[in-house]
Amino acid sequence: MEILVCVKRVPGTLENEIKLNAAKDDIERDDLVYSVNEWDNYAVEEAIQTVDRLGGSVTVVTVGDEEAEEVLRRELAMGAQKALLLNDPAFAGLDGRGVATVLAAAAKRGGYDLILTGAQADDGAAQVGGMLAAMLDYPYASLVNKVEVTNGKALRISREVEGGAREISEIELPCVLSIQTGINEPRYVGIRGLRQVASADIPCLGAADLGLDDGALAPRVRREAYFMPEPGMGAEMLEGDTEAIIARLLEMLKDKGGLK
Amino acid sequence: MAPIFAYIAHNDGVIDETALELLAAARKIDAEAPVTAVVAGHGPGLHAAAGALATAYETVWKFSHEALAYPNAEALRPVLVSALPAGAIVLMIHDTFAMDLAPGLAVKRSAAYVSDVVDIRGMEDGTLGVVRQEFGGQVGSRVAVESAGGMVVTCRAGSFAPAAPAIAGTVEDKSGEIGVVAAKRRFLERVVPEAGDVDITKEEVLVAVGRGIEAEENIDLAVELAKSMGAAVACSRPIVDARWLEHSRQVGTSGQTVKPKVYLACGISGSFQHMGGIKGNPFIVAINKNPGAPIFQVADVGIVADVLEFLPALTEAVQRAR
Ligand SMILES: Cc1cc2nc3c(=O)[nH]c(=O)nc-3n(C[C@H](O)[C@H](O)[C@H](O)COP(=O)(O)OP(=O)(O)OC[C@H]3O[C@@H](n4cnc5c(N)ncnc54)[C@H](O)[C@@H]3O)c2cc1C
Repeated sequence: MEILVCVKRVPGTLENEIKLNAAKDDIERDDLVYSVNEWDNYAVEEAIQTVDRLGGSVTVVTVGDEEAEEVLRRELAMGAQKALLLNDPAFAGLDGRGVATVLAAAAKRGGYDLILTGAQADDGAAQVGGMLAAMLDYPYASLVNKVEVTNGKALRISREVEGGAREISEIELPCVLSIQTGINEPRYVGIRGLRQVASADIPCLGAADLGLDDGALAPRVRREAYFMPEPGMGAEMLEGDTEAIIARLLEMLKDKGGLK
Repeated sequence: MAPIFAYIAHNDGVIDETALELLAAARKIDAEAPVTAVVAGHGPGLHAAAGALATAYETVWKFSHEALAYPNAEALRPVLVSALPAGAIVLMIHDTFAMDLAPGLAVKRSAAYVSDVVDIRGMEDGTLGVVRQEFGGQVGSRVAVESAGGMVVTCRAGSFAPAAPAIAGTVEDKSGEIGVVAAKRRFLERVVPEAGDVDITKEEVLVAVGRGIEAEENIDLAVELAKSMGAAVACSRPIVDARWLEHSRQVGTSGQTVKPKVYLACGISGSFQHMGGIKGNPFIVAINKNPGAPIFQVADVGIVADVLEFLPALTEAVQRAR
């Protein structure tokens, strides 16, 4: 099975306190710690396990600049066989449709049986997988939390729906799935693994290679500004030394029925 | 004035409470535009759903087909692509079904797509201004969406105060417009989660841990605190994904809905999927080391602290107070 997994380099939310730049048109990126989008890691792990069982290969692809290469290398170290960087000045400022258009052009060159994306990324849009599938005319399922290959022509999948319920269906190959966290346990990537792929060749394709002109990529959805949520509407912040905070908290907990 | 269509989910005839939120969102896009509710399914449930919607929406479009009995985005999409007029604006609640349907619907209709919208600023010069959140709710963004080729917009549940008209709308049966339905994805069955050892939905006090707890062995800090308070331990999703606690402990849209009196959120950022599982307006205490964590916007009391140090100190104080 030939599997393509779309990944994205994003600022980690655990390590970073996100702040805005002076112009408020972007976040302050200078000191951010970046990593691969959490959901994408699960998608890559699922692809690797599937290929381990059935044969074939896993290709990881990203739309990004040179720095995005580091996440491709990380996924190579995890066990993906091939990586592909889609980089072009024309790809700056793409909207979700633009990203899907670039990925679709790359996917068409590869003849993949299965294409995986993460369920969502840092913008929370949950859009690229579904758009990509529609552009390729492949069936699509979002929030997939189990994949079984039945007969080589179709997959038996489980989707997560509200309340922790699961929806089981059959989907024909080739198809696109967006992968939900919890489907597996992504393997650990150590320094040694990273060193082994440090000099791996990562081909790079631009707009011309993919046959894309500016018209196809023109954004219809544009971010105009970022803003920080209004302070003050939220919690009463308890300040002072830990002892004082705890004393005050205990009073509140007693008052609200929090100590039984 | 582009017509607006709101796709409304129903559960065997019972309308989702968000149906009126979408009507409110539609009015914020354009107070004058005609708004049509769209409902799909099969059997008596569909009939009931359409009837219920006609008490709030002037027009209701009903699509009846066996293949739509269970909401299958792959089957519904071509139906909507051909039935809706060019340039239409389609609204949906940003739920797991919308994530399945909406992006592909936008592509196939050549419409702009914007998802998980939390507010609408209105239409100006052919662009729709909307508000979204990024980075797990840490920052807001103002987004402009070109409306020329139509739009598909998904709205976050609970973000729009429900409109409450009482009217006598009409139901139009549009089933005749459904062509051959040959989806490449076939629904087989729905599996509901099994119950866990503790039923957090019945607990009055919950000590909930999130990724800020950092390691499996630190879960004990929450267990000790909960024991001292007479509370139960709940958690956010990453804790379940890491297999540190069982799924029945997960609070949120894809976990349990809880209604405690007191909710202690420890190292939880406060994503809307997590907060969506907390009902009944409990007293929420948030402990987080990031002063910018979104949970501080919704908690009653906030403490900026490292949970690994704070929880043992609190446990000790609770024990002493007994
Ligand atoms: C379709 C869908 C359904 C979902 N359903 C659910 C659901 O049901 N429930 C759910 O919870 N999530 C759900 N999620 C995931 C959700 O989007 C978030 O990813 C998740 O809630 C984040 O969990 P968290 O707050 O524990 O982790 P994070 O967002 O990583 O936050 C961890 C927090 O801990 C703080 N922290 C770190 N270290 C410390 C420390 N030592 N002391 C104090 N604070 C610290 C950080 O500042 C941060 O705020 C769903 C996602 C999708 C796409």
